[in-house]
Amino acid sequence: MTTTAQRTQAAQTDPPGQTTPNKRRRPFRAHLDAGLYLTMIAAILVMSVPLIWMFLASFKDNGEIYSMPLQWLPDQFAFFNYDQVATSIPIGRMFLNSVGITIAGAGLKVFLGLCCAYAVVFIDVPFRKAVFVVVLFALLIPGQITIIPNYELIANLGWLNTYQGILVPGLASAFGTFLFRQHFLSLPISVLEAAQVDGANHWRRLWKFVVPMSVPTIAAVGLISLVNEWNDYLWPMLVTDNTDTMTLPVGLTLLQSLDGMQAWGVLMAATVVVTLPMLLIFLILQRRLVAGLTAGAVTG
Amino acid sequence: MPKDRRALINRRRLRNLGIFALLAGPNVVLLLVFVYRPLLLSFYYSLLQWNMGSSVARFVGLQNYIRWFTDPDTPQIMGTTAIFAVATVGGALVLGLAMALLLNRKLWGRGVARTVVFAPYVLSGIAVGMLWLYIFDPRYGLLSTLLGAIGLDSPQWYTTSPWALIMIIIVYLWKHIGYVALIYLAGLQGIPQDLRDAASLDGATKVRTFGSIVLPLLGPVTFFLLITTILSSLQSFDLIKAMTDGGPLGSTTTLMYQIYIEGFQTGRAGYASASATILFIILLVITAVQLKYMEKKVHYA
Repeated sequence: MTTTAQRTQAAQTDPPGQTTPNKRRRPFRAHLDAGLYLTMIAAILVMSVPLIWMFLASFKDNGEIYSMPLQWLPDQFAFFNYDQVATSIPIGRMFLNSVGITIAGAGLKVFLGLCCAYAVVFIDVPFRKAVFVVVLFALLIPGQITIIPNYELIANLGWLNTYQGILVPGLASAFGTFLFRQHFLSLPISVLEAAQVDGANHWRRLWKFVVPMSVPTIAAVGLISLVNEWNDYLWPMLVTDNTDTMTLPVGLTLLQSLDGMQAWGVLMAATVVVTLPMLLIFLILQRRLVAGLTAGAVTG
Repeated sequence: MPKDRRALINRRRLRNLGIFALLAGPNVVLLLVFVYRPLLLSFYYSLLQWNMGSSVARFVGLQNYIRWFTDPDTPQIMGTTAIFAVATVGGALVLGLAMALLLNRKLWGRGVARTVVFAPYVLSGIAVGMLWLYIFDPRYGLLSTLLGAIGLDSPQWYTTSPWALIMIIIVYLWKHIGYVALIYLAGLQGIPQDLRDAASLDGATKVRTFGSIVLPLLGPVTFFLLITTILSSLQSFDLIKAMTDGGPLGSTTTLMYQIYIEGFQTGRAGYASASATILFIILLVITAVQLKYMEKKVHYA
């Protein structure tokens, strides 16, 4: 109703001769835009309020958390919940474990993927296609089917509750190798031939020529690996029950089962510790990360 | 001379082989040991009656599979898996596309919206599960307050049967919509603007343009998303572990979750391996369909 009324009114007030179609449609478009903006704001709220709520709750004491009606802001931004987390579980140790395993895991994955992709693309041996097929087919094998035999192997090696037990089974990089290969195939071959003529060996060619030409792809693969390693839960949960080697997500569930009652403030403080690093990395390196996470789709 | 040359070529070949082995070897060996070996072993384990960590194993042939197909729990587990997959995949595709269409408009602040919508995708599933448990808390949660504001009582999300699964589906969608929206957004930006202009010159309405031009052109993207979201939905674990642990009364136990419970809680590793093999076959069929479709697309492109 109002739309029609506004539209006719607008058409009448417009001076004759200047009634471009664009102008005549403007009130209707303003209406539509308002609807779009409302939808967008609703979407932003739905996606962000849970995270804000988590952050605020991590500073609330029990009285504030269990007050009815809900209290939005904590009375003060004090760290007692974080202190409580630290006294319940060795969260500092777990944080360092997570940081170490994430960096080592992502770094080694990128390194292994780069080496393997270089060999498959640039070193002329008869069976390199077959090697690539081995890598490619591994992409189709879900991690879940491997957990029981891999657990058995790691347990037999005596690697339960060790860093290598968490790290090594996930190191092989099928996805990274695949993306690096796709990228390497697009590199100008003349540069490498020139390097070869200058007497650079394969190792030098990889690090002095191929890697510098592949920085965006490396950054993207590295970032996805960081995110995946940091968030990985199932495998670290299976192979660690000792807080000395445990990673943060595993420690988080430990906190949940500490007592029957849910201490939401404490749990939210720990949740902030787990999520904040990835959130910050995401906000800072958004473009690169998105490029990596969507790389499979672009090639597909 | 030719003899020398042949020796030179042979030596170079040998050196190439050595370097190839050094560079590709570690990655390939790791794949063989930690991906291919367990794949084959898992098939073998599925033929055993064997408990996790036990040194005694008895060969029982296909008995684990027969037990799986005749188990009274199997219909519920497969039902839950199917409902979860259909709801999460369908929901993510529809809502993700809607979000992408919205964020493709030239709206002020859409950059912020894109960031906010995508952010949950990079967060730990366990942490996201914990956070939403707090929001779903029937007494002190944010959601019960919101429901109360419109005059509704909060269901007992944690402990009653359809609600626990619905809760996990909602959280799964919250975490994964950003990914779908982003891929759709890339797809939308790949549609040439002159196609749409031509349609509007021909007098096509917005809805008509969307139905006859935009949606068909998004076909390949939709297919890609369909496959990848089905695969990740069928393999999801973290949210279920954090939020319900498969309960109440097994009502949130999917096929993936069954593998974990049987293998590591009940300890029936042989039976769990049979479940894992069944999951693998399902995933393989889906992937094969995708490869076949992609091949076709390449041929007719």
